[in-house]
Parts: sequence; structure tokens; C-alpha cells
Amino acid sequence: MRKKVIFPQVGLPYLLLLPQLAITFVFFFLPAGQAIWFSFLRQDAFGIRTEFVGLENFVELFQDPLYLDSVWITLVFSFWVTALAMSVALGLAVLADRHIRGATAYKTLLIWPYAIAPAVAAVLWIFIFHPQIGLLGKFLNGIGVRWDYKLNGTQALITVIVASAWKQVSYNFLFFLAGLQSIPRSVLEAAAIDGASPARRFWTVVFPLLSPTTFFLLVINLTYAFFDTFGVIDALTKGGPAKATSTLIYRAYIDGRVNLDLGSSSAQSVVLMLAVIALTAVQFRFIERKVHY
Amino acid sequence: MMHGPVATIRAEAIARAEAAAERADTARRRADWLTHAVLILGVALFALPIWIVLMGSTHDVATVSRGEVPLLPGPYAVENYAAAWTEGSARTTRVPVSAMMLNSFVMAMLIAVGKIAISILSAYAVVFFSFPGRLLAFWAIFITLMLPVEVRIFPTFQVVSDLGLVNTYTGLILPLIASATATLLFRQFFLTIPDELVEAAKMDGAGPLRFFKDVVLPLSTTNIAALFVILFVYGWNQYLWPLLITTSADVETIVIGIVKMIGAEADTEWNRVMATTVLALLPPVAVVILMQRWFVKGLVETEK
Repeated sequence: MRKKVIFPQVGLPYLLLLPQLAITFVFFFLPAGQAIWFSFLRQDAFGIRTEFVGLENFVELFQDPLYLDSVWITLVFSFWVTALAMSVALGLAVLADRHIRGATAYKTLLIWPYAIAPAVAAVLWIFIFHPQIGLLGKFLNGIGVRWDYKLNGTQALITVIVASAWKQVSYNFLFFLAGLQSIPRSVLEAAAIDGASPARRFWTVVFPLLSPTTFFLLVINLTYAFFDTFGVIDALTKGGPAKATSTLIYRAYIDGRVNLDLGSSSAQSVVLMLAVIALTAVQFRFIERKVHY
Repeated sequence: MMHGPVATIRAEAIARAEAAAERADTARRRADWLTHAVLILGVALFALPIWIVLMGSTHDVATVSRGEVPLLPGPYAVENYAAAWTEGSARTTRVPVSAMMLNSFVMAMLIAVGKIAISILSAYAVVFFSFPGRLLAFWAIFITLMLPVEVRIFPTFQVVSDLGLVNTYTGLILPLIASATATLLFRQFFLTIPDELVEAAKMDGAGPLRFFKDVVLPLSTTNIAALFVILFVYGWNQYLWPLLITTSADVETIVIGIVKMIGAEADTEWNRVMATTVLALLPPVAVVILMQRWFVKGLVETEK
């Protein structure tokens, strides 16, 4: 798609593009290229000699049981964050879409967590889940459930999942609400006249019509769970206990920053890049299909 | 004469219809109440963590550390907020919250304004001109969608440190400033500007820069406002990149600062952490709520 009427200048557009292209090149392409290049190299223990080792870094990565653990943790974590954040948001959106008084007020009251940083959301949830100073954590220990997310891996995972999902609900809510409001009233009325019950109307009419939104949000939520939850994990559990909440992005950070293993952390970056590319590709296939509708 | 059975049947039918309507009405009203109840519960559940922190920030450190989890305000509000603002956490980081807030504000503003500025210029170039390499430039920008800062974090750090930009605002902000999303949004919007407007401008002898300033920019204000909200929040909430690039308190942002304030939890001043948390989430929440109308529209449009 492009314009028919354009300006004839030749030099000016390059000038206009220069800032963005310069930044893109220096801070996107150069580092991404380096990550790919380094992922094929290995440094000796003293960082003096570097040799080309082909795919060895990748082979080693996928033979490392700890890395495979990270992959599994990331999948479990992402699944639950996405499922929780999307189902709660859909439920609330369906309710807020009913024409009741104060619908706008509810909307305002539900959208602000969008603005809260993942790390800050984590800090907020400390005061719910902390075994000594948290509302729920203290209560659980009071009734005899041994709750401490700093010691118990499963509890740690639950804690970071809830905090991460909480922050994402408002975003999903906005999109589900927009999606619901774009469903023509006449379609719903027709179903109602046919005598379909509200529940049946929802699953046979509303939910299928909402599927583009749902699918879009699925990709966005997975991306969020993969990458943007770093702050939640760092603030709450630091990947622990015993690496129970060490997702791929957290592990890549620890290997690069703490263990200074350039080859392995670059290989991990490349794996993550492939994950983003796959997710983006899926998203665009979907957008293209939507354009044809 | 119509009285007799027919009239009775009619009266019965009317009565039945009225009863049915009433039943439907009661059912609807009951459903409405249920809807309100669930929504209020949802809102409360959402607000609970904030409420706890808000209330906790008005109590002294002993109350919070004992695990009393106060749900009502206490008498230490002014003291806690003042201490956090001017001193930060006395026992751990000792960086005043005011300084970190300023850093976060500068970062969020420069990221938002910078992204909007470079994106609107490049979108303008791609849409309103024809030049060799146009498609290549577009794809180069477009493909950055696939390279979020998280996946190229260490090589980017290497580049920034080679340029001597560690612990500077420039190093903090510049690598985050290229935005494919903003460029795509502006491009999409520019394509809807009618050709006649460009034609008219050309006939009036207005050059591309004049057309940009007098026509395109004013038409784009809604999009700019929406993007501003989204990008301000994005900038304010950055975590991984500032964590790597800032090692000195001079450029420390508030989101990083809170986590550092908690430290090892041995002698965390929880009340000050809570006050700091409230302060840290205020600016982005305020921006979202005050600019809600543009934000919602912009968000839904940007992503689609």
C-alpha cells in the first residue's frame, strides 16, 4: 500500500530516516549480529584465546539438564500466566460489557494496573505472599500450612505466576472489552430471539467472534511471560529457590552477568531471538488472515 | 357481544404476559446485581495489594515487620513519605527517592518524546517520498520488532560500554529509543491522509517540511497523545536494561531502587519500601488515568 501523490525531494527522506536507522543499526543489528557470532565461539578460562566451535555451544546448551529445566519452567510459567491473565480478563470484560450503570467507572478501576511496572507489581505482592509480613502468607502459616516462597519451589512458582498475571489482566481486559463491543448487537439479539440461553449465546456466538482478539492476546501474553516478567522474578525470588523460578531470560541474565560465560549466554540469546521470531511470525500470519476477512 | 370466554382468555393472556415480563425484569435485575457484585469483587481483588501497601506506608517499621498487615491508616504517613523522599532507605541503599524519581522521569520522558520524534520522521519519509532503498529502510525498522532489548541484552551492553556510555542517561535511553511499533502506527495513519491534501499543499507551493509542520503534525495529535501514554509507561517501567547499565546511584531509577531497598530482607525498613512503592507507581498510573481516552484508543489501535 502506498500513496499516489508524493514529494519529489530525494535527499530529504534519507535525512528524516537517519536518526532511526542509525539507532537501529548501532543498538539492534550490531548487537544481534554479535550475539549470533559469539554463539559460535568459545573463550578459554582466562578470556585470552577465542576459538570457533561451530554449534558446540548450542549442543552443550541442549544437553545441559539445568537448561532443559529452565525451558520446562518457562513453559509451565508462561502457560499459567497466560491462562490466568486471559480467563480473568475475559470474565471481567464480559461482565463490564453488560449495559449496567457505572460500566465506565469499572473500566477505569480495572485499567490502572497496566501502568504498574512488573518489578513494582512484585513488590506489591510481597505484602500478600510473604510468610511473615504478607496477608495471605502469614494467614496460611497461622492455620498450619507451611508457606514460604523463599524455600519451597512450587510456592515460589505460584507466587511469581500470580504477580505476573495480575499485572497483565488489565491489558487483556481492555482488548477483550474492545472486542466485545465490536460484536454487532443484532447478532446477539437474533440468538436471544432464537431462545439461546446466555451461556449458550456466549460459547456459540460471542466466543467464536472474539477469537481474533483471543488469538492476538495469546501471542502478546506469551511474549510478556517470556520476557517482561524478568522484573517480577528478580524482585520476588531471584530465580530461586534452587532455580525453581529460573526462566530462560533469567538464566541468560545470570550466565552473562554473573557467570560471564559469553559463548553460552550468546547462544541463549540466539535461542530467545528464535522464540521471538516464531511468535512474531505467528502473529503476522494471523494479522494477514484478518486483513483478508 | 364479546364478553364470556373470549374476554376471559384475553385477560388471562395479558396477565400471563405481564407476569412473564415481570419475571424477566426480576431476573435481569438479579443478574445486574450479580454482575455488580462480581465486578466489585474483581476491582477489590485488584486493589487489595495496593491498599495494603498504601495503608502499610502510614505505620511505623515495627508494626509492618511484626506482620500485622494493617488495613487501616496509621499516624506515620508524613514521617514515612518525608523520610523516603529525602533519605530513601537508611539501612540499605541510602539513595533518596526524590533523586531516583527524577531519573525515572527523565528516562520516561526522553524515551517517549524521542521514540515519537524519530518514528514520526521516519514514517513521514517512508510514506510521502519515493527514493531508492525505501522498502529496505522500512523492513530494517520493521524487523526490530523481533529484537526486544531482552534478547540482545549483553551484546548491546558491550556496544554501549565500548562507546563509554555506561552510567549515563544517553546509555540508558538511546538503545531503547528505536520503535518499530510507533513507526508502524504513524505509517498506517499517514496512509489515511487524503492525497488531495498533499496535492493542495504542493499547488500552494508548500514544501514537504512545511506540509509536515502545518498539516501532518496537527492531524497526528491524537496518535501522539496515545503513544505518549504507552511509551511513558514503557520507559518508566524498564527494569532489565537499567539494571545492567546503571551501577551508580546518579542514574538509578526508582523501579530498580525499590528492589535494591528491600535487599536481603534482614533489616528492611518495610514502611519506607511501601511509601516508595506508592510514589513509584503514582506517575505512570496518573498518566494512564488522566489520558485514559487517548490511551485506550491508542493501545487498541497500535497493537492491531
